[in-house]
Amino acid sequence: MTPRQRRVTLVVGILVGVSAAVALAVRAMNENVMFFFDPTQVASGEAPIDKRFRLGGMVRPGTVVREPGTLEMRFVVTDFQKDVSVKYSGIVPDLFRENQGVVAHGRLGADGTFVADEILAKHDENYMPPEVARAIKEKHGGVMPVNPDVRSVPRT
Amino acid sequence: MIAELGHFALILALLAAVMQAAFGLIGPAVDKPAWTAVVRPATSAQFVLVTISLGALVWAFVQNDFSVEYVASNSNSALPLLYRVSAVWGAHEGSLLLWAWILAGWTLAVSWRSGGLPEGFAARVLGILGLVSIGFLLFTLATSNPFARLEPAVPDGRDLNPLLQDPALAAHPPMLYAGYVGLSVAFAFACAAMIEGRLDQTWARWTRPWTTVAWAFLTVGIALGSWWAYYELGWGGYWFWDPVENASFMPWLIATALIHSLAVTEKRGLFKSWTLLLAILAFSLSLLGTFLVRSGVLVSVHSFAADPARGMFILIFLVMIIGGALTLYAWRAPLLRSEAGFEFTSRESFLLFNNILLVVAAAVIFAGTMAPLISDALGLGTLSVGRQYFDPVFLLPTLPLLALAAVGLHSGWKRGRVSDRRAAILWTLLAAVLVTLLLVLGVWEGAKILTPVGFALGVWLILSSLVDPIDRWRRKLTLTPALLGMALAHASLGVFVVSITAVETYTRERDLALAVGEAGQVGEFEYRLTGLSGVEGPNYDALRGEVVVTEGGKPVGVLYPEKRNYWVQRQVMTEAGIDMQWTRDVFVALGEDLGAGRWSVRAQVRPLINYVWFAAVLMALGGIWAACDRRYRREPRA
Repeated sequence: MTPRQRRVTLVVGILVGVSAAVALAVRAMNENVMFFFDPTQVASGEAPIDKRFRLGGMVRPGTVVREPGTLEMRFVVTDFQKDVSVKYSGIVPDLFRENQGVVAHGRLGADGTFVADEILAKHDENYMPPEVARAIKEKHGGVMPVNPDVRSVPRT
Repeated sequence: MIAELGHFALILALLAAVMQAAFGLIGPAVDKPAWTAVVRPATSAQFVLVTISLGALVWAFVQNDFSVEYVASNSNSALPLLYRVSAVWGAHEGSLLLWAWILAGWTLAVSWRSGGLPEGFAARVLGILGLVSIGFLLFTLATSNPFARLEPAVPDGRDLNPLLQDPALAAHPPMLYAGYVGLSVAFAFACAAMIEGRLDQTWARWTRPWTTVAWAFLTVGIALGSWWAYYELGWGGYWFWDPVENASFMPWLIATALIHSLAVTEKRGLFKSWTLLLAILAFSLSLLGTFLVRSGVLVSVHSFAADPARGMFILIFLVMIIGGALTLYAWRAPLLRSEAGFEFTSRESFLLFNNILLVVAAAVIFAGTMAPLISDALGLGTLSVGRQYFDPVFLLPTLPLLALAAVGLHSGWKRGRVSDRRAAILWTLLAAVLVTLLLVLGVWEGAKILTPVGFALGVWLILSSLVDPIDRWRRKLTLTPALLGMALAHASLGVFVVSITAVETYTRERDLALAVGEAGQVGEFEYRLTGLSGVEGPNYDALRGEVVVTEGGKPVGVLYPEKRNYWVQRQVMTEAGIDMQWTRDVFVALGEDLGAGRWSVRAQVRPLINYVWFAAVLMALGGIWAACDRRYRREPRA
């Protein structure tokens, strides 16, 4: 090969390689990206049935129910308009609490129950996931409902 | 009083930085040596003043001066002394001051070590660094003054976020910042070279050690963050593709590319404009990282305080720095032609592909990190990108990269064809495959598709990086620190790959529901909860579990995971119990009360996990070793 041919081969090779990488990245993104839905959107059927998505809202007080002594639990996520009940098996993060913002990853079951495989940890208890805050604000004309005493954590 | 002194020193530091930038850039341009001579004293003054300022803040924390708002928000009189000091960079304002101090420190080091550089060039480098200093000092003073007083003072502070009360996290920000900021030195060298329109091999030799040392700090900083996430976030992961982790990883990848590209520029005078571009890119990504972390635009562990005004300032600063540098690049880079050819299988080629693959890796991470922001801004819906995206797209460029590195380590510069070293390449590959078979079939059972690939690549890389030093040693040739450091860094990368492969394949994990006296099985390991008791720490009380772990009936150890409740912030924290061994970690974390006397317990067994961080630290040491080479310390007279 002449130096010119070699250079052309090199450049073409790099271009092909980089475009292949871009194509695969775009494909991976299309398949693996998760969208966020609030309970109202889920109730109106906007959320996908066959795909994982993120569900966010507040944990409705008095709805957290455990199968005593097991890792099975249920609770209701609300945006104060609609509710979605959530089923989860596993350990919830330290800051999971009634009347707190929560984001759950999972799928919508046939019976309308959201089966979560991951509950997101938040690192500050006054922290509200921004999409949750926005979803709730929209429903309340720009006013965040006040949490009545988020700081009442029982001392162990 | 002390706080006001700190504030005042910071204002004076800004003036010193302005002098440093103005005289450093204008002096050489108008050719006035008397002006240029002001730069070094201005640099020293800036460092002293920022040190006084940082010292004042540390003093306020140590003395529990709760009339300072920042102290009141981030400390408490019950906080142990170590964390009172590290609380200085526990939130936004103080970490900016730390950033400014580290920048002043790097600048001072450049000023001291630049005696051998041409006077005008050194002044320009310091001038550019002065511009960056101005940006950060202005930012601190205008939007995030850590010395603001609180009227009236409070009797006690709101305490440091309990997550940050940890030795590794006390050291994580300074290390990471030393890396981020260190990349500004390479950036300043690049800008100075573009201003002068001259870039030769001597330039690359000046720039290399600075870049390598900055890269080493960045490596350690990222490793510390990951280690902390592993044992402190409570759930045993070590990398989450969190936007802020990505923000530190992207500059790392580009800095790694830069180190390799600089090697080519130094040895062969090639890749000149590419090297410049990487230097600009690496520092730009550091700034972008700061923007992403501090503006709160990204949902992440780190976005404690979100403030749009701050985000706006960094964004403008970012646009000015990156825009300015790229304009300079567009104008000047065509002057800097590389004139030499190389064989297709010479070392230059391998380093070219190394650079392309590293940049592609950084690009796919960039895409994944920015996609949620872009989608949100365009109203396409709120989406999130997780490991289902990042894992495959990151492996795509990096697996070939590892194979190329294993071959490329055997290659020679210029006309050296890799086929001359065919025997060494094949022997190392064969040995790697044998070791892999041994590991997959003998040591651990079961494998995923990528397991043998990972083991083979890692072992191949380790062996390949040792071939050249051993060969030279047997032929009684000199072994320079540069050569040994390089070998160590590449061998560590191999260790890293092997350990990640083992962790990703053979981690065993279960969530158990246990009452006192009950046990659960994770692989060969049995976890028995034998007790629960209340304990009290300096600023928290905790429920402590006692978990006896046995492996096939033989005792492994007793672990004490805790559920801590920090008094001031009323925050519940999970402290994992970990039994560290050379071959594996046994991990247990306490979940919550499940009722019926049972507690949820997360139990994990992770083989070789400690080598992930150990390898990163070794890699950094390799870099520092290489940067200590005498070649870089010889006074270069241009």
